[in-house]
Amino acid sequence: MRVALFVTCVTDALYPQTGIAVVRLLERLGVHVDFPAGQSCCGQPQYNTGYRHETEPLVRRTAAAFAGHAYVVTPSGSCAAMIREHYPRIGRKAEREGRGTELTEAARSLAPRVYELTEFLVDVLGVTDVGAYFPHTVTYHPSCHGLRGLGLGDRPRRLLAAVKGLDLVELPGAQECCGFGGTFAVKNPDVSAAMGTDKLTSAAGTGAEVLCGTDNSCLAHLDGLLRRADSPLRTLHLAEILAATEEEPLT
Amino acid sequence: MTRTDLGMPAFPDAAREAVRDGVLRANLRHATHTIRDKRARAVAELEDWDRLRAAGKAVKDHTLRHLDRYLLQLEAAVTAAGGTVHWAVDADEANRIVTELVRATGEREVVKVKSMATQEIGLNEALEAAGITAYETDLAELIVQLGHDRPSHILVPAIHRNRAEIRDIFRAEMGRWGRPAPDPLGDDPRELAEAARLHLREKFLRAKVAVCGANFMVAETGTMVVFESEGNGRMCLTLPETLISVVGIEKVVPTFRDLEIFLQTLPRSSTAERMNPYTTMWTGLGPSRGADGDGPSAFHLVLLDNGRTDTLADETGRQALRCIRCSACLNVCPVYERAGGHAYGSVYPGPIGAVLSPQLRGTDSEIDASLPYASTLCGACYDVCPVAIDIPEILVHLRERVAQGGPVTRHGIRVRIRPAHGHTAERAAMRAARLLLDRPGALRAGERLLARARRLAPRRLPGPGAAWTDTRDLPSVPAEPFRDWWTRERGTPQ
Repeated sequence: MRVALFVTCVTDALYPQTGIAVVRLLERLGVHVDFPAGQSCCGQPQYNTGYRHETEPLVRRTAAAFAGHAYVVTPSGSCAAMIREHYPRIGRKAEREGRGTELTEAARSLAPRVYELTEFLVDVLGVTDVGAYFPHTVTYHPSCHGLRGLGLGDRPRRLLAAVKGLDLVELPGAQECCGFGGTFAVKNPDVSAAMGTDKLTSAAGTGAEVLCGTDNSCLAHLDGLLRRADSPLRTLHLAEILAATEEEPLT
Repeated sequence: MTRTDLGMPAFPDAAREAVRDGVLRANLRHATHTIRDKRARAVAELEDWDRLRAAGKAVKDHTLRHLDRYLLQLEAAVTAAGGTVHWAVDADEANRIVTELVRATGEREVVKVKSMATQEIGLNEALEAAGITAYETDLAELIVQLGHDRPSHILVPAIHRNRAEIRDIFRAEMGRWGRPAPDPLGDDPRELAEAARLHLREKFLRAKVAVCGANFMVAETGTMVVFESEGNGRMCLTLPETLISVVGIEKVVPTFRDLEIFLQTLPRSSTAERMNPYTTMWTGLGPSRGADGDGPSAFHLVLLDNGRTDTLADETGRQALRCIRCSACLNVCPVYERAGGHAYGSVYPGPIGAVLSPQLRGTDSEIDASLPYASTLCGACYDVCPVAIDIPEILVHLRERVAQGGPVTRHGIRVRIRPAHGHTAERAAMRAARLLLDRPGALRAGERLLARARRLAPRRLPGPGAAWTDTRDLPSVPAEPFRDWWTRERGTPQ
């Protein structure tokens, strides 16, 4: 099987280790990974802040970059939700404004081919045990767009539970937002930090060493709070845990 | 809406104060978590919840699409049953109508059933200016009124107060408004409720005029419906001689049978009860009412627009008019839980307030322009909404209106508004970011520059970025971006 990796702008620039982990993981599972050069940002920061018109070129770009692939896999629930849920909306709004059907067609073609990583593993490849090894206590925070936007359900937990050596502990209030929310973190910093701090208090209370998630943007916010507080808890993207093996452990 | 709402600080500033108030945060956290857990259990009891939710949405959408027809049908039915219908285009007109109706009775006091519509128009203040005192009879509204406070929740207006605070308010203020609080008075809920009961009973028995709202109005029969928990509303609806209802035009449903849906979804969503303790329905005056029967001898219905038809003209925003004011979205919202209701600067706080207020009032004021951003778009509000209002979708839609301007309907006329103040720098930044992101070559060069300068990365950012670095560390910049790793390991991307 051949897939295109949509690495996302945040992972590309700040968390390349997550992208590398996705490539290693998928290749270990026998999948051929392409990295289309034309990809960039899905446009979520612009769209969610109210700049729909600035988003449109990025919708076009993203759709064009992945035009040749039946499967597009991304390690971000929120970017996947952006493409699946909001690209069609952006297309319809452009149509209503009398600017043709080009964006709608681009969205219609791309949206059904985009998979968040855990969806791809569980639904398309049909695996929950990916042969990973990670001997640590881990708790999982389901980011909102994965949880409610995509309906990832227990897929990430099932994948984690099958990791050898991993002790998965439940996060109380897991379904509550961590307070990142894109530009919300900057526009409403006090509420954002209060939400993040509450999330980390719950996570620390589980006794876990690692707080794991499926979105590096949420993790950047939580990690920033942890490091400011000098906490021993650390954040990790789920892909990095799934990529770790006994031969190539994660340090 | 009310004059006092204008000039409110923008949401982030108001929220900052609330976040730092430990007592307030503890009160809010306790109250919202208790009710949200109870609600989840009450909803889980119904196997057909999803279908009830879809049915409620469908009834509301159908009614909104044919609102003109159903309002005329309602007017005819209310009139035929002996009531009088008044139409109010805005808050001022509604207040004028109610004030004149009260004056015509010769009374200087009215009792009130808890009502969001009368709060929206600032009726109590308008009556006060005309020399008429309005007494709130809902327990939580009474606490707010006696405390010279503002409501902070749709359903539980005094959610921000704990029982010790309530005892202090009762002790200090009840005597000035009527029967004083019993002495001594403890902070046991039963004692507090008894003090309120004694204080209010005096008001019910004396009042000649009552003012209420309605949860629903049935077009085919002209029936008004009020859902409540305490029975204080029913006292107001049955004891006084004149009853005046102020109701938003979106509250109409076509048939009596439609109530079947909302009788199930509203109480479970709001108070987490299978059925609310008191549901009062009345149709005009009816044969048993009037001078010799039960209930008031005069009934007036004031139909309130106040920005609703303008909201109806907006394809995305109009779904906010489906709202049945259950407040489930407030109780589940992590932002509301930290910021509290007052930060929203509106009688409609929480997620629904963040989409309703900027539509009813426009986005001109600082507070209204900030409300669409008072959310992380986490989607919890959409999940719990019993009429499936996609609040995150409306929030993004309104952010666009604030940031980019665009077409809106004001007083029935389609106009194009300019972006709100203070977005010039952000707009330039978004444009610059897009230009960079739309050119992978430039993006790659930027990423490399960032990687090379990573040791120089500041711990604190200037400008808007300071909002991040004041409380959080920045992610450390990697030695090479993913793109470069790929090129090094796998050759040039396709």
